[in-house]
Amino acid sequence: MTSSSPTLNSYRALPDPDGHFGNFGGRFVAETLMPLILELEQAYKDAKSDPAFKKEMDYYLRHYVGRANPLYFAERLTEELGGAKIYFKREDLNHTGAHKINNCIGQILLAKRMGKTRIIAETGAGQHGVATATVCARFGLPCTVYMGSKDIERQSPNVFRMRLLGAEVKPVVSGSRSLKDAMNEALRDWVTNVEDTFYIIGTAAGPHPYPELVRDFQSVIGNEAKEQILEAEGRLPDQVIAAVGGGSNAIGLFHPFLDDKGVEVVGVEAAGHGVHTGKHAASLSAGKPGVLHGNRTYLLMDDDGQIKEADSISAGLDYPGIGPEHSWLKDIGRARYEPITDTEALDAFKLCSELEGIIPALECSHAIAQIVKEAPKMGKDKIILMCLSGRGDKDIFTVAEALGVKL
Amino acid sequence: MSDAIIGGQDRIAKRFAKLKEEGRAGLVTFITAGDPDPEASFEILKSLPEAGADIIELGMPFTDPMADGPAIQEASNRALAAGMHMRKTLSLVRGFRDLDHETPIILMGYYNPIYIYGVAEFLEDARNAGVDGLIVVDLPPEEDAELCVPTVEKGLSFIRLTTPTSDDKRLPKLVQNTSGFVYYVSVAGVTGAGSASNDQIVEAMGRLRRHTDLPIAVGFGIKTAQQAADVARQADAAVVGSAIVSKIAESLDENGKATDKTASMVTGLVRELANGVRNARK
Ligand SMILES: Cc1ncc(COP(=O)(O)O)c(C=O)c1O
Repeated sequence: MTSSSPTLNSYRALPDPDGHFGNFGGRFVAETLMPLILELEQAYKDAKSDPAFKKEMDYYLRHYVGRANPLYFAERLTEELGGAKIYFKREDLNHTGAHKINNCIGQILLAKRMGKTRIIAETGAGQHGVATATVCARFGLPCTVYMGSKDIERQSPNVFRMRLLGAEVKPVVSGSRSLKDAMNEALRDWVTNVEDTFYIIGTAAGPHPYPELVRDFQSVIGNEAKEQILEAEGRLPDQVIAAVGGGSNAIGLFHPFLDDKGVEVVGVEAAGHGVHTGKHAASLSAGKPGVLHGNRTYLLMDDDGQIKEADSISAGLDYPGIGPEHSWLKDIGRARYEPITDTEALDAFKLCSELEGIIPALECSHAIAQIVKEAPKMGKDKIILMCLSGRGDKDIFTVAEALGVKL
Repeated sequence: MSDAIIGGQDRIAKRFAKLKEEGRAGLVTFITAGDPDPEASFEILKSLPEAGADIIELGMPFTDPMADGPAIQEASNRALAAGMHMRKTLSLVRGFRDLDHETPIILMGYYNPIYIYGVAEFLEDARNAGVDGLIVVDLPPEEDAELCVPTVEKGLSFIRLTTPTSDDKRLPKLVQNTSGFVYYVSVAGVTGAGSASNDQIVEAMGRLRRHTDLPIAVGFGIKTAQQAADVARQADAAVVGSAIVSKIAESLDENGKATDKTASMVTGLVRELANGVRNARK
């Protein structure tokens, strides 16, 4: 709590040495794991100051992931909405089809440096699971992915992809059988296998130093986008916008822009059936601060502090918490967070597919839906830059079902 | 009532002093508050001291018990499904304290329900109910300002978990601010998983004793009277949780409801374990 205001007049100086973003973040883990996360923190510090690490990272991002990916002017969507110019940062064009791989490359290189020989991960939509299984195949490490049994049903193509890549997918049947429970189970695995195992967390959450290192690895999104928009428009955008599950693609886009005062920062949460129905995943709009999965952050819970199940058509947003840096950005007012329902996201999914020839992931369809609301109210001289965090191939079964189509 | 609010550290210290006098280790039994329902849970709780429990750990149910194996996860789920919440957990303790002024009660669980209750209000209510100490799994010393320091200031014990990953470098940090006793989690893993070998326990006890004079309780994976006796030869107390909670599960009817055998099946197991512990050093 020593750092409730940013130092150096910057929004980019946190976390503090104890992993706090203002009142959020921290290290709320079982003692068994403490030496492991301290070791990770040290290893990450060393890696950050080692030019060889950066060089390796850049190599794989370029030759394996396919970066830099384009910043694409969504011309027809812009015309249709009749307001601000809309740009998409095309994370869907990465190897494995989403932003998740950026972080996985970073973490597996760290794991190698630390001499770890086994990888575990949690996954919701399966995108992080696929990205983890992919880097494990590439670097020759055995991989176990925990996935809620509910998500296994609705994301079956990704389950098969993980298995093809040689990963073991372990169904999680406890609790709400989705992302939060997969994370519990991964933590249980980690306390059991402390010697050899590296836990690749898939979003900017968890105990310190994960929110920081995931953000740093995903910041390649915002850094590239900034350069690209300057090249395309000769100026910064008026708004950056992204969907938030745990918040990794969003913080990756936002972070490089946080100190640019003229850039409005907007995160989009999954409102499921609607925030008023109680069946949603909008932890920032409708939750309150609490402690789960190693950090203090906004959570969905009841009056007794019991965690509520989240609900969203998008498995990747179906989480009752949010990365701690987003909680801080919300509280200090540097970012605003807006809820989008399943129905609104589905409409945006169709709109983007039909107008741009891009089938977006259901996650970032939430961000598109928010743009549908806001862009028309903005002048034609304004610029919106959105993170198109992934492609929607994995979602076609879910969407077909929602539209009443039998495949 | 005045009895109920003698400092929690006292009751724990007195209990360990008495055990020392008797020349034996203690038995620490874990059950989850409200498992399988609040009434049956109270029946079980009441019967524990008589069956041989020297100290009681009472689990505070939580939806996301990240450090627990299936047995204690299910106990938590049963309690929550039966409408358990923190205020009821504290009334359970109060009810017990009216009957038993000596057996220490340690609340064990995760931070969020306490944080949401409000730390100051929780400590006040817990102390008034007759709670003696807290074990909070997801609060390492790095987060001591949250709850550990206020707990100790309130005169209750904050009992720390030490683990196989707690080396000589980390242990001083772990035993600082802590009181009552030190809990040694003998295997890296979730509750109910495998147990440590005797040699491993002997080695760990040596390490811990270099850093603290507090009594040391050893737990994780103890299921039988024999295992409890083995631990009791090395440590100041043996902790049994999952085995007892599994016994509760075993006693339920097909709808998951308590039966007239529930309390007696639990006390039966506790009696066996207590025998093991009490005869260990003979
Ligand atoms: C394509 C895509 N976008 C967004 C997310 C949400 O995660 P985060 O908020 O960490 O970016 C996911 C998660 O699975 C995803 O697959």
